[in-house]
Formats: sequence, structure tokens, C-alpha cells
Amino acid sequence: MDMQSASGPALDRLIKSDRARAQLYTDPTIFETEMHKVFENTWVWVAHASELPDPGDFKTAQVGRHPVIVVRDREGVVHVHVNRCRHRAATVCEQRKGKTASFVCPYHGWSYALDGSLRGVPHDKGYDGSLDKSQFPLRSLRVEEYAGLIFATFRTDIEPLHDFLAGARKWIDLFMKQGAGYPVTTLGEHRFRFAGNWKIQMENTTDAYHFPLVHKSFLTALDKQTEESMDVMSKGGFVEDLGNGHSVMVMLPDLIDLEANLDAPIPERFAELAAELAQTHTDLEVRRIVRAVGGSGFNVNLFPNIACSMAFFRVLQPVSVEETEIRHIAIGMLGGPEAANRARLRMHEFFQGPMGFGSPDDAEVWDRVQHGAHGADDVWVMLNRGEASEQVTAEGHIRGEVSAETGMRAAYRQWKRMMEA
Amino acid sequence: MDTMTHAPAITLDEAIAFVWLEADLLDHAEYDEWLSLWADGGLYIVPIEPGVTDFANVLNYAYDDHIMRQKRVARLRNGQSISASPVARTVRSQSRFRLLSGTADGCELRCAQIISEFRRGTLRTYTADVEFNLVRGPRGLRIARKVIRLLNSTEALRGIGYLL
Repeated sequence: MDMQSASGPALDRLIKSDRARAQLYTDPTIFETEMHKVFENTWVWVAHASELPDPGDFKTAQVGRHPVIVVRDREGVVHVHVNRCRHRAATVCEQRKGKTASFVCPYHGWSYALDGSLRGVPHDKGYDGSLDKSQFPLRSLRVEEYAGLIFATFRTDIEPLHDFLAGARKWIDLFMKQGAGYPVTTLGEHRFRFAGNWKIQMENTTDAYHFPLVHKSFLTALDKQTEESMDVMSKGGFVEDLGNGHSVMVMLPDLIDLEANLDAPIPERFAELAAELAQTHTDLEVRRIVRAVGGSGFNVNLFPNIACSMAFFRVLQPVSVEETEIRHIAIGMLGGPEAANRARLRMHEFFQGPMGFGSPDDAEVWDRVQHGAHGADDVWVMLNRGEASEQVTAEGHIRGEVSAETGMRAAYRQWKRMMEA
Repeated sequence: MDTMTHAPAITLDEAIAFVWLEADLLDHAEYDEWLSLWADGGLYIVPIEPGVTDFANVLNYAYDDHIMRQKRVARLRNGQSISASPVARTVRSQSRFRLLSGTADGCELRCAQIISEFRRGTLRTYTADVEFNLVRGPRGLRIARKVIRLLNSTEALRGIGYLL
């Protein structure tokens, strides 16, 4: 990999504050550089705490190109280990998720405790007493958690997660109100791939402009009242740069705070659910749960790989320069009413995933971007929408109208900063 | 006594003929007739996790009642969905049929299904175990439940803009 070619003045020719060259989507050298300069040098989301509720629970994930294991140890501490035996590099776990007391390499049987320490080496006489097990733990990443979101980084010297999340923390807190007082829990996930660069997906979660067109078939499949409520271009929404590449896109300002306006009429589509909940819950509880079931009215985009998006987590995983995997993780209320969680599951299935009424259309246009990006590489990808009317909020954040490309500009500013470092 | 109890038990041949009809209707986009093959309350389900049976309380790829099936058909026809414009062409073959249970009123049929999908220059294949719960109605067999268990359901899939 040639780091020099994608840094300094070379980068200035590829990206400006309001536009970028399509090579950002197509150049394998840039991709290789990103895997190191971006993904090995920042906080990368790896799990939600509810995916590992008990000691021994684990899941496998990736940080950039590195396969990792996210595991809760006997003391309840979450570790993130590179999934690579210290002997001859085989992965020590190939399950997506599960529960275990240790990780044992299938090749020669080296075994590791949940905290990554090397415990057992078969036939260790062959090392003539020279193998100091304490020097061969699984390589572990630094791990921190905010509001149940677990992040890991290879860097020991970067800012704490709390500081990295910066202005996004307030929005994450608002997002988690869709637990309606119950802890937020994951309810399963849809995984799908598209033939395109990961940044095309990164842009999309902060792109309200595409919604009425790309999701027309989803909108017409809704009842009229819901379709009107999803008219995102006319609800007074906005996009705000939250710092460090993060942004929030508020599409439905009425649904910023799910604990406000609880006396508003319950939408017709939730009338049946409300009636069912009313048999076991007070009127106020019913209103709070139903409002939470509908999800938040915004997407918080956390650079580089996760968004808290209306009613689910969107996780992106670069596979290669022209291949990206997306996970849409459904969330619900831990210990909440089954009817409420069922409603969440059906909503998720309706829009998300390979058979949803939304995701396949998104994937199709991302695929088209990747295809078109191979044409005329002296033509810019434009990221300037809404720039002229941006304002600065009292908190010092740049804010544009709902379909402004403010969030993309924020992400690419961080991308450039990291690629130049 | 229900007159239907006098009908003969559903045979393997009868069930196979019906399931092949359903497959042919889907491959040839004859959706109105396909919609009419379903029993009231019938469910079309594409689960994610192998072995799951409590479909209502877990996340699936699809969990369609009659209203959702109608919406899905409308989406395939109305030209508003870019991923379904054009709809992928499909050819499905079904084999390895086994009648798991059967009475005069209904049966459970399991089979293997391989769908080849062609769209925008790309040919893809999806392999699945399919489980049918069929019931005998006044106008012949009807689908009470169809569960499509994709072999690679827990892996990342591509967009599936048609009916499995």
C-alpha cells in the first residue's frame, strides 16, 4: 500500500469541502489506506450490551479488516480480542454468537480464558520450558461503552469514547428513549451486501433527499395517515454536524423526544396495539409504549460504522473497495410487552433487510452509484446541497435543512483528517 | 359432522401438483391467482434462524399475512420500486417431496427448492427447505402456511425483490 499517494496534496485533489472524486469509491489503494488510517485509529462499534447479557456470552465482529471476538468475562467486563491464535494465526472462534468458558484453537489446542490470557498449551515440553504463557495472550483492543453501545479501538492514546462521541451523546440518549422505560435490547438482525463502497452507505443514513423517491413503494404501502406523517421533506427537519464526523438528521421533529407530547392522539395504525396494551397498562404507560414503538424521528450517524437510525441500529462493514455488508439490527424493550416487541419486529421486517420494502431499493441505488462511479473520473460527486443556507446553532454546531448534505460534509471532513494523519 | 371429513386424505401426488402450480404462478408473475391460493389467515414466512418455530416473536425476513402479501404484489407491479423495476425473472425447481402428516383436511409437505434469479446481468441462486401447511377448502387445496428456510439465511444476502 502506498500511503503517500493518498495523503496531503494528493487528497486535496480528491476531496474538497463540498465535493469528492469518485475514486473514493473505486480506488483499491484508498480502500487499503482507509482500513489502516481510519479503522485502526478510531472507535469502531462492535456490539450492543444486550447481545452479551451474561458472563461467557460472545459474538464475533470485525474492526476494519480484523476479525474480533466480543466477550463478557466472569466479572462482567467486556473484552474485544483479535480472533487469532498467538501460535500460528488460526481463528479461535468461528461462531457468530454463543456462550463459552474459553476459546480453544482447533489447530494445536492452545486455549485462552475469556479475558484473553493464554491458559493451556498441549505438550508444552516441546518448548523446553522457554514458553512464557503470560507473553502470549490474545491481542486485545481497548473497549468502552456508552448507553449500551460498545466500541473498541486499537489505539490506547486517543480520546475516551465519551469525548469522541461529542455532540452525538445527547442524541444517543434521546434515541434510547424508545425503550419506553425498559432497557433497550437487540431483537435480531438482517444482514445484506451490496456491490459498492462503504462510504456510499455512510452517506445514505444522513440523506433525507432520497427518501421520497427511493422509498416511494414503501410510502405507498403505508396507510394514508402514516404516509403523510413520513413526508420528511416538509416537516421542518434539519441536519446537524455533531463533531468528529458524527451528525444527526432529524426527519420528523415531532419524534425527537419520545417522552414528550404523550397526550397527542394515538395514530390509527397503533389503535389495535394500544387497545391490547390497555388491558394490562395504565393510559400513560400505553401512550409511552406506543410512542416508543413508532421509533425516533432521526438518524444519529456515528463515524465511521454505526448509526442509530429511527428504530434500529445500522452497522456497516467494508468488505472490499466495491463490496459492503450492512446489518440492520432490530431493537425493542427488554421485558416489555410482547405485543409491543412484535409490533417492532413487524415494522423492521416491513422496511429493512433483503426482503424489506426499503432496503432493497437503497441497495439498488448504491449499486448504481458504484457502477456510475467508474465513468468519467474527472467529474465530481457533489456534496454541496444546502451549504449556502447553513447556520450555526447556540451549541456551535453547523445546521442545514433536512435534505442538506451537511452530515456527509461532516463525515468526509473527519475522513480527510484521519487519512491525512 | 363436517362433510369434508368424508373427503379422501390429501395424497402426496395431490399436494405436489398443488405446490408445483404455486411455483409456476410465481415464476410467471401470475400474482392474482397466487393470492387466491391462500387460506384465510395464511402466513408466508421467511425466517432467519434455523429451527425457529415461534415466528411471530422473532425477527424474520418476511412474515406476511394476506394484507402484506397484497402489498408485496402491488410493489412488484406498480413500478415504484427501483429494485423491482424490472422484477427479477425466476425459475424454481422443487423436489424431494415428503408428506410429514396428512388427513382429509390438511397436510404438512416438505420439499427442497432451488431458485435461479436473473436480473441486470447477474444470475443468482437461492436454495431452501420449504414447508407447506395445506388445507382442503371448498375450492380445493389452500396454503395455511408456507415457510421458506433459506440454506444461507444467517449469512448476508442480496436484495430479494421477488417472492421466494
